[in-house]
Amino acid sequence: MSAVLPAVDPAGPARTSGLAAIFEHTRYVLGENRVTAFAFGLLVIILFAAIFGPYIVPYDPLASDTAAALKPPSAAHWFGTDQLGRDIFSRVVVATRLDTFIAVASVALVFLMGGLAGIAAGYFGGWTDRIVGRVADTIMAFPLFVLAMGIVAALGNTVQNIIIATAIVNFPLYARVARAEANVRRNAGFVQAARLSGNGELRILLVHILPNIMPIMIVQMSLTMGYAILNAAGLSFIGLGVRPPMAEWGIMVAEGASFMVSGEWWIALFPGLALMIAVFCFNLLGDGLRDIVDPQRRT
Amino acid sequence: MTAQPLLDVHDLTVEFSTRRGIVKAVQNVNISVAKGETLGIVGESGSGKSVTSYAVMRILDRAGRIAEGSVMFSGIDVKAATENEMRDLRGREISMIFQNPRAALNPIRKVGDQIEDVLRQHVQSAASDRGEKAIEALEQVKIARPRERYHAYPFELSGGMCQRVVIALALACNPQLLIADEPTTGLDVTTQKAVMDLIVELTKRRHMSTILITHDLGLAAAYCDRVVVMEKGRVVETAKSADIFAKPEHAYTRKLMRATPRIGVSLRDLLPEEEGAQAPPPPSVMAGLDPAIHQSSNDSSSEAMDPRVKPGGDDITKPLLLVEKLVKEYPRQGASAVLSKLFSRKPPVEAEIFRAVDGISFTVGHGESVGLVGESGCGKSTTSMMVMRLLDQTSGRIAFDGEEIGAIMPQAFARLPLRKSIQMVFQDPTDSLNPRFTAARAIADPIMQLGDIRGRDALRARCEELAGLVGLPVNLLDRFPHQLSGGQKARVGIARAIALHPKLVILDEPTAALDVSVQAVVLNLLQDLKQSMGMSYLFVSHDLNVVRLLCDRVIVMRAGRIVEQGSSESVLGDPKDAYTKELLTAIPHPPLPVH
Repeated sequence: MSAVLPAVDPAGPARTSGLAAIFEHTRYVLGENRVTAFAFGLLVIILFAAIFGPYIVPYDPLASDTAAALKPPSAAHWFGTDQLGRDIFSRVVVATRLDTFIAVASVALVFLMGGLAGIAAGYFGGWTDRIVGRVADTIMAFPLFVLAMGIVAALGNTVQNIIIATAIVNFPLYARVARAEANVRRNAGFVQAARLSGNGELRILLVHILPNIMPIMIVQMSLTMGYAILNAAGLSFIGLGVRPPMAEWGIMVAEGASFMVSGEWWIALFPGLALMIAVFCFNLLGDGLRDIVDPQRRT
Repeated sequence: MTAQPLLDVHDLTVEFSTRRGIVKAVQNVNISVAKGETLGIVGESGSGKSVTSYAVMRILDRAGRIAEGSVMFSGIDVKAATENEMRDLRGREISMIFQNPRAALNPIRKVGDQIEDVLRQHVQSAASDRGEKAIEALEQVKIARPRERYHAYPFELSGGMCQRVVIALALACNPQLLIADEPTTGLDVTTQKAVMDLIVELTKRRHMSTILITHDLGLAAAYCDRVVVMEKGRVVETAKSADIFAKPEHAYTRKLMRATPRIGVSLRDLLPEEEGAQAPPPPSVMAGLDPAIHQSSNDSSSEAMDPRVKPGGDDITKPLLLVEKLVKEYPRQGASAVLSKLFSRKPPVEAEIFRAVDGISFTVGHGESVGLVGESGCGKSTTSMMVMRLLDQTSGRIAFDGEEIGAIMPQAFARLPLRKSIQMVFQDPTDSLNPRFTAARAIADPIMQLGDIRGRDALRARCEELAGLVGLPVNLLDRFPHQLSGGQKARVGIARAIALHPKLVILDEPTAALDVSVQAVVLNLLQDLKQSMGMSYLFVSHDLNVVRLLCDRVIVMRAGRIVEQGSSESVLGDPKDAYTKELLTAIPHPPLPVH
């Protein structure tokens, strides 16, 4: 029967497979979109600092040296020193790990909670939808940062609780996006076909629908990553979060803020810059990521 | 042809720059349209027929450009005209009707306002009488009660009505040239006839020229003076529409004509001559050479083919599928109903219920194919969903192979072994494949859930076997749906449906989204599979010509009820019901040569 219709090959005979194809595709998207390539470059630097930071910095980030306190940037101390004589460059680099960890962990947590609740709401509708929707509405009724403050204040001042608070604050964003995307697909042809193939409802949700809404969820994750970093730093800034003397961008900005008036600008500026670059990087990544993970674009 | 054609497209080449380099969508096309002439451009998807018309209007995508050639419209060089000049030309001199009328209308504005916009844009009337002119435009497209419809929103109108509004919009400024891009695709056959008759009548009366872009050779031949046939961006033939059917010059035209389902041919006749000659069908397929109609009368041959078919008498008393007094009701969710629910405690009145399926009964025998025919909204899809157990019925009984499946809730049915026996091929091959699954994974899905084949290698072997059955090259199994053509996707859908050896397959317009030549191949494939696997088909379709070819019996539905049923030969050859007659006469009949 195959003689009846000659196969037309739309994608051309030569096709690289697997990882090589993904790599090729990523290279293409980055070549097409310079801004994304730049953001990827920043991401590589941030990840490098997060992983290898403690091993490459010139000074111990916690070691104080009162003789060298409040020194402006110089060859010995690139970003200067703070009121206890600690090297700010070392502290900024080392803090990368903690800040990105908080961001990644809280985004992963909110993806699990909000994403799954959202697609269940969109797919099943009815009471599931109503409950998830009202929970999201309740969270959105509060000013988000104030809510995060409240959660950390109630649960206790630890890294783990900052992660939980950041995740809860972002819950409505994820639940709503996932709900909308799943709702569109609940009666799509391939979902009906999956039912005919004997897939249970839960399996349809996780195996058939979830992978299809991943592109938009990944974009969402990239965007909230920046917000999560800001949130964690914000909580630390007002004293509800990571505690001194641990190196963290938010605390460092808070500590440096009081020295701005007396002219020691470098204490707050450099951690602030690091914070800005990280947020900037994750926000820029969003669009590029969508192009890379979308199978439609992979031709 | 007159000396000065209204539109003269000379040596047109349109290029699109894509990731894989420059693609020539249209190459060296020459088309001319005389004043008052109706020209049909016919071709399958990807033939460049739409791109040609977009180039004439100069509304190509940003990636596309006119690389060579010229487009002259009544003395104006379209290629050299400024954007301002083009804006004046579009709508006033050349206007266009698009495929999907609902998408062409702004959903949140009244249709009258939208017609006034066009008049205002091209300064065709003073502000004072604009409303009257809009109503007049609606009158001319034969919309009943135009004064009321002026205030209607697009969602309040049916598909055919929307297309009439779009025509009114297109003709509001008395253009000289009308380009209709698949104006009736997606409309019912009776609506199609009404819309086409209207277009032809209006354009003839105004002495306008028309370009009708369509994939349907029969439609083009029935309504056009001349027909241009395009293939892969090139014009392969231009001829008077009467001539093109009498003596098609080009091999591609012949192939297209052969593939168009029509009266008096069998499924095999649809396939291209060369391929039919090259591969003589295997013996099991030979029976299919007879028109499908003869099959039910020819009991002995079908019995030999399929051991599951019981002796004649038993066959009638114990059909494979028995549907009795099936009803599906939906609550009508009008605004007034919602309001009354909010503000009063009275239960909603009886009239608030809409019966999509209104007490229908029919049977499908072992090894039989039954066509379920009707226009959109007649309840044929709802019926098939209930039989599939994807939807719960309101009342009535459904028995499959002696078991009462109507009593089983759809959610529970998914995991039953009976699920294997009823499968479905969906209307839209693109929508019915998970975009993240490869072809092999899609075919394997039912086997993994309900089948007894375990292990990666065995599963792969079964997928390759199924791919062979449906004629899908094995090297395509690792492709994602978007890397496959429409016909290939249809094959994946069919392979998935037959993976579990079902007894009944519901085909929901399986070829509606396919080109005619691909449709011909897929229909033959379905026929062959039925022969070799002994399945029964419930074929849901609006295309009577296709049903005639594939089905033994036909059920005609209208507004949730069955108006007529019987053998294909008798129902379609000698219809008793007025509605069936109307459906049959609405099919555009090309002037066919006698065999």
